[in-house]
Formats: sequence, C-alpha cells, structure tokens
Amino acid sequence: MLVWILFLLCQVGAPALAQDLCQRDAPNGYKVRISLKTALGEDAYEWNQSEMFFFQATMAFAMRRHFQMETYNVDNIILCVQTSRVSFWFVVTSPDNTTMLIPKADVEKAVRMSRHRINNAFLLSDRTLEFLGIYPTLAAPVNPDTPPWLIVFGVVIGAVCAGIIALLVSSLLQKRRKEKGMTEDGQDEEDMQVKGVENGINLDGTYNRGFTDDDRFTKL
Amino acid sequence: MKVSNQDLEERIPSYEELEKLENEEAGDRPKWDNKAQYMLTIVGFCVGLGNVWRFPYLCQSHGGGAFMIPFLILLVLEGVPLLHLEFAIGQRLRKGSVGVWSAIHPYLTGIGIGSMCVSFLVSLYYNTIMAWVMWYFFNSFQETLPWSQCPVNANMTGLVSECERSSPVDYYWYRETLNTTPDIDNTGGLQWWMVLCHVSAWALLFICISRGIETTGKAVYITSTLPYAVLTIFLIRGLTLKGSLNGVKFLFTPDMNELMNPTTWLDAGAQVFYSFSLAFGGLLSFSSYNSVHNNCEQDAVIISIVNGATAVYAATVIYTIIGFRATEKFDDCISGNILTLLNTFDLPEGNVTENNYDQVLHSLNGTNPEVIQGLNLKTCDLNSFLSEGVEGTGLAFIVFTEAITKMPVSPVWSVLFFIMLFCLGLSSMFGNIEGVLVPLQDLGVFPKSWPKEAIAGTTCVLCCLVGLIFVQGSGNYWLSLFDSYGGSIPLLIIAFCEMVGVVYLYGIDRFNDDIEFMIGHKPNLFWQITWRFVSPAIMFVIFVFYFITKVQETPMYKAWNPESENFPTLEEKEYPTWIFVIIFILAGIPGLSVPLTAIYKCLRNRCCKKDNEFKQDDLNTIAKQVHLTDEATKNKPDIPETADGR
Repeated sequence: MLVWILFLLCQVGAPALAQDLCQRDAPNGYKVRISLKTALGEDAYEWNQSEMFFFQATMAFAMRRHFQMETYNVDNIILCVQTSRVSFWFVVTSPDNTTMLIPKADVEKAVRMSRHRINNAFLLSDRTLEFLGIYPTLAAPVNPDTPPWLIVFGVVIGAVCAGIIALLVSSLLQKRRKEKGMTEDGQDEEDMQVKGVENGINLDGTYNRGFTDDDRFTKL
Repeated sequence: MKVSNQDLEERIPSYEELEKLENEEAGDRPKWDNKAQYMLTIVGFCVGLGNVWRFPYLCQSHGGGAFMIPFLILLVLEGVPLLHLEFAIGQRLRKGSVGVWSAIHPYLTGIGIGSMCVSFLVSLYYNTIMAWVMWYFFNSFQETLPWSQCPVNANMTGLVSECERSSPVDYYWYRETLNTTPDIDNTGGLQWWMVLCHVSAWALLFICISRGIETTGKAVYITSTLPYAVLTIFLIRGLTLKGSLNGVKFLFTPDMNELMNPTTWLDAGAQVFYSFSLAFGGLLSFSSYNSVHNNCEQDAVIISIVNGATAVYAATVIYTIIGFRATEKFDDCISGNILTLLNTFDLPEGNVTENNYDQVLHSLNGTNPEVIQGLNLKTCDLNSFLSEGVEGTGLAFIVFTEAITKMPVSPVWSVLFFIMLFCLGLSSMFGNIEGVLVPLQDLGVFPKSWPKEAIAGTTCVLCCLVGLIFVQGSGNYWLSLFDSYGGSIPLLIIAFCEMVGVVYLYGIDRFNDDIEFMIGHKPNLFWQITWRFVSPAIMFVIFVFYFITKVQETPMYKAWNPESENFPTLEEKEYPTWIFVIIFILAGIPGLSVPLTAIYKCLRNRCCKKDNEFKQDDLNTIAKQVHLTDEATKNKPDIPETADGR
C-alpha cells in the first residue's frame, strides 16, 4: 500500500520535478525556434504534439550518437515554455539519474555533430530551425587552384596577341608586295615624273608626288 | 564682323581642288567605306559611359521628367549647332584638329594643341575605367559572383570585418578590385591584377586603332550596335522584375520647381556639351574623311536625336533595374523588422505582414515601448533606397552589380552588362585616340617613315605606362581628379574659342558659302543665329559659372577609410597642397595653350621678319603637299609672285 502511494507520488512529483528542471532561461537548457512558414511556405506542416515527440526522439538520437555508451530515451528530453511562434525550451537529463542535467557544453557538441540530420528530419535548415546560442559553422570557402578570372584573362589576352601578330604579319606582307611592285615599274614612273615637270601644261593628268613618298606608309 | 585674315586662301583647299579630289579620288587621306561606318563611329563616340551613368543621375536628382525640358532646349540651342559646326569645318578643310585651326589662322594652332592635350588626358584615365570593366567581366564567369557574399576571415570564425560593416559589393569594389588606400598620399603600390587588366585594355585598343579608320571602321559595327541590343535585353528583363516600375516612376516624376534652380540648367548644359564629345578634335577628324558633298547638316541633326534618345532610353533601362534593387532592399528591410518583432514577442508566423506592419508596430509601441526601443528597428524607406549612390562608377560597380546578384542566372546578366559597358567605352576611346594621333602626325612628332601601326603602337605604350598611376592603390582618387579638372574646364574654353574662331576669324559668310558648296543650300536662319550669338553665349555662361564654382570650393575628395568614424560612408578629405600643381597642369595647360601658342607664333613672326619663313612654318601635312604640287605644276609662272608679295 505504502509502495503504491509512493509510486503515485512519484508519478505526480516527476512531472513537477521535470518542470523545475526545465524552465525559461534554464542554465543548462537551450531555446529552439522553428520557422515553418518561412521554410516551407504553402507546404508547411502543422506543429503539434506528434512533432514535439519527434523532436524529443531526434534529440535523443543526437545525444546517443555523441555519447556512444549512454542510452538516451525520449523521456530524457524535457520540453517546456512552448509558444505559438513555435519556440520552446528543452533540457536533457542523464539516463542514469533523471534529476541530473547534462551540461550545456555537451548538449551543444551533440547538436553540432548531428545538426545536419536534425535539420533534414524536419525539412528545415540552419536558419529556420534555430538553436539559440549554437551558431552554425561557416562553410569553408571553395578555393579553386586557378582563380577563374585568370582563365578568362588568359583566353582574352591570347586572342589579343594573336590579333597583334596577324596585324603585323599582314602589314609586313603588304609592304613586301608593294616593294616588289615598285621595283618592276620604278623606271616608268621616273620617266613620267620628268615628263610631268617639263610639259606640265600639256599633260593630261598631274602626277601626284604625294604618292611616291608614300611607299613606306601603310596602304590605306 | 570679321577680323582680317590674310593668306587664308593659301592655306585651305579651294573649291576646284576639292572637286578634283572628290572626282579623281587622288590624295591619300583615308576614307570611310560607307556612310554607315561613319555614322556608327560618330554615334559610338558620342554615346559613351556618360549616357549610362551620368544622365540618369542628373535626371533623377533634378526633378525627373522636368529635367527633359532644359536638356532638350539646350540640346537644340547648344549641342546641334556646335556639332554642325565641327562637322562642316572638318569636312571643308579636310584635316585633323591641329591642321584645321592652323589653316584658319596660324595663331589659332593653340586650339588644336589644346584639343590634343585634353584628348590625351581623357584617354589616359578613360582606358583605366575599361580596365575595371574588364576585371569585372573576367570575374563574371563564376556560378556565385564573387561580389555576392562576404569572404570568410583568416581563422574561419566569421566574415571579414571590413565587409561585414559595409556590404559585399562595396568590399569587392574598394578592397578586392581597387585595394584603395585611405588617402591620396599613400600610393599603395601597383596592384598586379589591375596592371594585367590595364595592359589588356590598351592591347585591345591598339588592335582596333592600329590602322586608323580602316580598322576602327570595322570594329564599330560591333562596338556601336551591341550596347543597344544589350539595353533592350535588360529592358525586357527589367520590366518583368518586381518593383521595376517604381524605379521608372521615380526617374520620370516631374518636379517643376527644379526648373527655377539655375544649377539644373547648368548641369543640363554641361551634360549636353560633354555628351557630344565636342572640342576633343575627334569629331573634326572623323568628319574630314567624308566626301566633300556629304550632307553634314542632316548628320548633325540625326546624331543629336540619336544621342538624346539613347540617353533617355538608357536612363529608363537603368532605373528599371534600380527600382528592382530598391524594392528588394525595402522588402528585406521590412522582413528583417517583422522577424525581429515575431521573435521578440513570440507571435505566430504570418501574424505580422507587410500590410499590417505599421499597425502592429504602433500597438506594440503602446504596450511595450521600452522593448521596442531596445530592438533598434531600421527605418525602411523606398525613396531613400532609390536615390542611393547612383552616379558614375558607384552606379556601375556597386549598385548595378548588387542588383544583378539578386536576379536569377546572375552570371549571364553580369557578362552582358560588362560587355555593354566595354563596348560603350571602347567606341568613345576610338574618338579620343583619333584626337591624339592625328594632331601628333600633323605636328610631325613622329618621323614620316614610320608606318601607322608604329605610331599607334608607340602612343598606346606611352599612354599605358603613364596610365599606371591609375592602377596603384590610390588610383581611384587620381582618376576622379583627372575627371573633374582635366575633362571639364579646358573643353569649355576650347569650344568657345572654336566657335569664335570659325564665326569671326574664318568668317561666317565664307562658312555659309562653304556649306552651300558642300550640301547645296545655305544654312538657314536658325543656324545663323545660334552660331553667331546663342551658342557662344551659352558656352560663355556655363564656363563662367563652372569656373567660379570650382575656384570657390575647396577641392575635396571622398575616401574609403575603414578606420573613419562613419565607416561605410565615404570620408570627405581635403586634397594635400601639392595636388594644386597637378590641378593647374590638368586644367591650365590645355586651356592656356590657346593664348600661349598665339603669343609664341606672334613673337616668332615678329623676330624672324622673312615672310617666306612665315608661310613655310605652316604645317607640312600630306594634303598640303598635294595642294602645293598642284600649284607648282599648274601655275608655274605665278610662283615667284606669291613668294614675294605680302
């Protein structure tokens, strides 16, 4: 009979005790904030008791994963102070002694280790499932061996150099072609020039001396 | 009224000679392949970066739609007449800027030299902007654009502090691109990545100008048309984005009170003037390659219309994107505030939305005022986001790049935008370099035996080396210095002298006859009035006001100083005293070259009394050789007379 009364007292007292362990701003507890509408928009599911149970199970899993020896259970995760924002506080009790709380640092390590799994369980992300006080680790920057801009620069400067070489070669070829042409009928031109000065008035056209000096200019 | 001008006929080709040149196609002056090349080159020269990043800012800050009124009025009264004048005189005298002015009167050679100096100074810094555009272009070929997020700091604990305090785009521009020093005294050394881009910009320019208009004429088919295509693509994309119409409305909402403000009219006048690239000498040069009977009057009107329309079109496109960015920032700001409220008061999601935000805030302020104060909620104002830093390099490299990061498929838009900027700038550079190369050739600085490629190459190498000032740590400050002082006051002086020189020294009557010879009818009353009185008066007024404003204010510059108090805002600093020497060189030398050359020529004329020498001192240009040879063979008996007389 006494045992039965004691048992009844324990049943009533346990939640009360649990209530003392978990409270707002508990020294070993964390506040969790969930933004379902931001994350999922129209597909957002409703946050109810089943989801709370799922959370307890996920946290227990995270604790087990971190402390591989200990067997944590759903009862070891105590939740309180739920709001309609969807935010709540939780504390973790030790499986051996339900009155003893696991220190904050250990809980943090466990959460960090399984953060990705926890997020995925709820279809959320680091931003929409927040553990206030546990900051997400920043992704390591991806440093490619060659900066991409150097590659594009290389392509452009290669094209430019090719263009400059083509330009110089083509102008050299033109010069050579002109020189060949000049030596062939150089004699004729000199005669014409002389004629032009002497018979200026009678000649049909005036020879434009501008051109003879021009052979070293590029053809325009 | 006309000042006496001796020997003018000796120095310029007569109508008969012009007809001969035209019919026989003799003479070795380069020619345009077709009219389209000429028009595209001129359009490319006039339509530049200023249309994209100066005009929209002026429009928005001076009363939106109301700004169109002074802009259009001054376009008609100032822009078109000056443009027609430059086209006509270049086409008639068929020489570059130094050649034209020394032909009109040897004492006016200074105008040509001034144009050359200004073109040189502007080319130096303009190509550095091209280098910056190329840097951003090279970096656009990545999935996540590098200016969309802050880099992580050395020990991976958080973001780089300078970036966190300002913004990723600011950090990328000031630190990773420019690596700016806190003030102009620290040079900061050459930034190797910028040197590479700088060299590649000059190399690309060299390829395009190496043979003069033979190569630029081909290049402009792309560089002048591509910007229009890209602007259209951006317009279509922009109009489908949320908030774009806010931007367009903001741009064009007229505020008629601004018309009373004289600064509005001054800014409109200056914008018309700089937008047409007048007084650089490039327009004169390009026009001189035309056939003699080309209708320059029609060209001037068409170019002016195209330039004005492009400015308005570009402004619309830019502001659709600015409107989008401002709306995004506004939405982010409001969402941030809403989230803070929800978190603090543990209200369910969706309780506070944009619509009832003000109501809820008000009621919460009534119940828990201390809590609300402690939250430090940001004030979100759409108009302040719309008017943020939207001029010059700030527009292109900070505001627009930020807008692009918010658009889906950002790398594509980034590549398109920077290609457009590059083409706009490159086509303007063609004109600038033309204004440098042709006078150098005319002045005989380079030996006659050098081919065109060598001359272009030497000039490019020299400009590249001098331009290394702009790729140091403090390069940005030097560039704005050059921009404010080198590219403003001297141009106004030169343009004013140009007008006065043509109308009163060359003679407006002779000029009218020339135009009648070239295009078949005399210029009508509108041109007469604007050339003789209206345009010079406007130029004079703008010059005086600009001069007074610049001289009165202490020159200040805005520096990016991470240690300053209002950090993300740029710090206003005074220039050190040695900068005044530089300012004098930049603004004074081109401007003073007009009177100084005149005095120099006058003194030389006085002290060496032989008139023969006076004539032979004239520029020995190639076209002149043709003219002389013709004279020699045609009028042989007359030569002794012209040598002795006068």
